[in-house]
Amino acid sequence: MVNEAAFHPWDDPDATPLIRIEGVTKTFGDFTAIDDVSLSIYGQEFFALLGPSGCGKTTLMRMLAGFETPSAGRITIDGTDMAGVPPNKRAVNMMFQSYALFPHLSVWDNIAFGLKRDGLDRDLVGARVDEMLKLTQLGKLARRKPHQLSGGQRQRVALARAMAKGPKLLLLDEPLGALDKKLRQETQFELMDIQEKTGTTFVIVTHDQEEAMTVASRVAVMDQGRFMQVDTPDRIYEAPNSVYVADFIGDVNLVPARVRQLRDAVMLDWAEGKRFFAKPVGDLTVGQEVTLAIRPEKIAISREVPEEPNRVKGKILDIGYLGNLSTYHVELPEGPVIKCEVGNRSRLSRRDFSWDDEVWLSWSDTAGLVLSS
Amino acid sequence: MLRVFTAIPYVWLLVLFLVPFAIVAKISVSDYAISIPPYTPTLDFSEGWAGVNAFFAALDFENFTFLAEDELYWKAYLSSVQIAAIATFLTLSVGFPIAYGMARAPREWQPALLMLVILPFWTSFLIRVYAWIGILANEGFLNQFLMWLGVISEPLQILNTNWAVYIGIVYTYLPFMILPIYASLERMDPSLLEAAEDLGCSRTAAFWHVTWPLARPGVIAGCFLVFIPTVGEFVIPSLLGGSDTLMIGKVLWEEFFNNRDWPVASAVAIILLLILIIPIVLFQRHETKERERGA
Ligand SMILES: Nc1ncnc2c1ncn2[C@@H]1O[C@H](COP(=O)(O)OP(=O)(O)OP(=O)(O)O)[C@@H](O)[C@H]1O
Ligand SMILES: [Mg+2]
Repeated sequence: MVNEAAFHPWDDPDATPLIRIEGVTKTFGDFTAIDDVSLSIYGQEFFALLGPSGCGKTTLMRMLAGFETPSAGRITIDGTDMAGVPPNKRAVNMMFQSYALFPHLSVWDNIAFGLKRDGLDRDLVGARVDEMLKLTQLGKLARRKPHQLSGGQRQRVALARAMAKGPKLLLLDEPLGALDKKLRQETQFELMDIQEKTGTTFVIVTHDQEEAMTVASRVAVMDQGRFMQVDTPDRIYEAPNSVYVADFIGDVNLVPARVRQLRDAVMLDWAEGKRFFAKPVGDLTVGQEVTLAIRPEKIAISREVPEEPNRVKGKILDIGYLGNLSTYHVELPEGPVIKCEVGNRSRLSRRDFSWDDEVWLSWSDTAGLVLSS
Repeated sequence: MLRVFTAIPYVWLLVLFLVPFAIVAKISVSDYAISIPPYTPTLDFSEGWAGVNAFFAALDFENFTFLAEDELYWKAYLSSVQIAAIATFLTLSVGFPIAYGMARAPREWQPALLMLVILPFWTSFLIRVYAWIGILANEGFLNQFLMWLGVISEPLQILNTNWAVYIGIVYTYLPFMILPIYASLERMDPSLLEAAEDLGCSRTAAFWHVTWPLARPGVIAGCFLVFIPTVGEFVIPSLLGGSDTLMIGKVLWEEFFNNRDWPVASAVAIILLLILIIPIVLFQRHETKERERGA
């Protein structure tokens, strides 16, 4: 992520994107894997593709790398139409989901592979490989073969190999999938560091929404070959444009409701004589069926009647202890179960609430979002 | 109980390899005689120690000196190695594309293709070589077919030449070449080729930089498996080869059955074994290395 405040090329109408995906469709037989997708990715972005298994993330990457040809539409990279350009003629390198390290070559030779194919001078190859080894902290392992490495080390070799040629565009297909959480987080920061140092444009595929939120300048949430929303991580989280995106990213409470009044805040009927207030998203009309989305951490829990306009009373159904925070599932008499998350500042023994307690839940009228789709 | 089972392979080797080898080695240092068996000395225990001493005193390396001095034998060994090397190369040239095609074929076809490669083993080797006589003879299928096509007007003399021997060897030993190469290619992750292309290789370059090195252990194993038995091959050169096809297996057979000179025949066999020990040891070493790498 480049300097957050300054880096917003997607908002700048004069900026030229590095990658332009225009109306691209990919079908396998009668199955549509990518469905009329358009997208611009700008130089030096860290762009994350996020979506459930089989939604077409890998397919999109493979089209960028040149392993699949779009059934319809156009992909341009740096202004050049990529139709008919084979993978070896693209300034794009891909880090494969399976790493695809050459088992017969040492770490050093794996990283040097692409450089040697370019017919680079011996000394230049050596210097570049050493630079990559240093960047990925693999210096001591240069002579090893891939089967003598741990999963995380292999992953770094794959990364170093993909980066060695200094591509304009680096495609990472679930690069951290096999790592444990700690190593994954470390590597995420390493990736961001590398990206900042080299200024390469990254497109990363991931299953893990936390990962996408951590590393990305923008996130595309995909479903069944389409983009549901393309936006910055904070906007994806705070201002999802649909129930699908809200539900896919993080935890969320979804309450069906009907629009009653439209002012600065929307007034919603969600049960007989019960109202909530919330920020609207998109155009709403009075009487419309909508969904109210509230993140669990935005909800406060208390014994006393709270001041907030949005408040409900319910009974604790379930308590989940997650170490740093606790989640409470509170059943409302009207039916819905609301999930609320509270940080654990005090020790477990001094916990305030227990099962079957009657409690109040409350949130501000800017905490909830009204989603019409 | 377990010990008895672990001993079985050793007993097997002892009875079926070491003992026969000792017998052949002993005959090779004996002398030709018109008797039954057709060599002397034979061990005679009735005379006690004196008999044993006389027996050992009568053994010598005359047969080996004879082999070394007669040009025919050296030429036969050399020519065998040469024919085996050429045949191995030809088998590789035919076998590699087949193995490659099999490994690239759709998954669900592969068992059937493997079956087809192994299928010839279901009929006798001898019958299959005889069948080649029918194909390669002057009035055989191949010549008839070529004449029918109009490619040739006179039948080609293929049978009883080295070409027929090469054809026979390639045909017979092809599975031994295909199977190890297929095994190494089949293990290969196809995304390696995509990675190579991604890093700037053309398809051809990707083959030479990735596929070929990964297939090499299979290629080496296949070459040894074809070369080693081919050097001593007897049936194919004697059925398909001509009078000028010089192979040590044929020489051995003639010494043994035509000349009934068991001692010289045994000496020929011992030297053949010594020559083959080199590739066999190399092969063993290669296999051990591969196993270590795989572990
Ligand atoms: N070569 C192919 N032939 C037929 N269908 C394919 C092919 N490649 C992909 N698909 C289908 O296209 C869809 C998208 O596949 P893709 O690999 O892009 O998913 P993905 O989003 O990367 O999923 P995952 O997160 O599980 O890796 C899937 O339903 C898949 O079955
Ligand atoms: Mg995928």
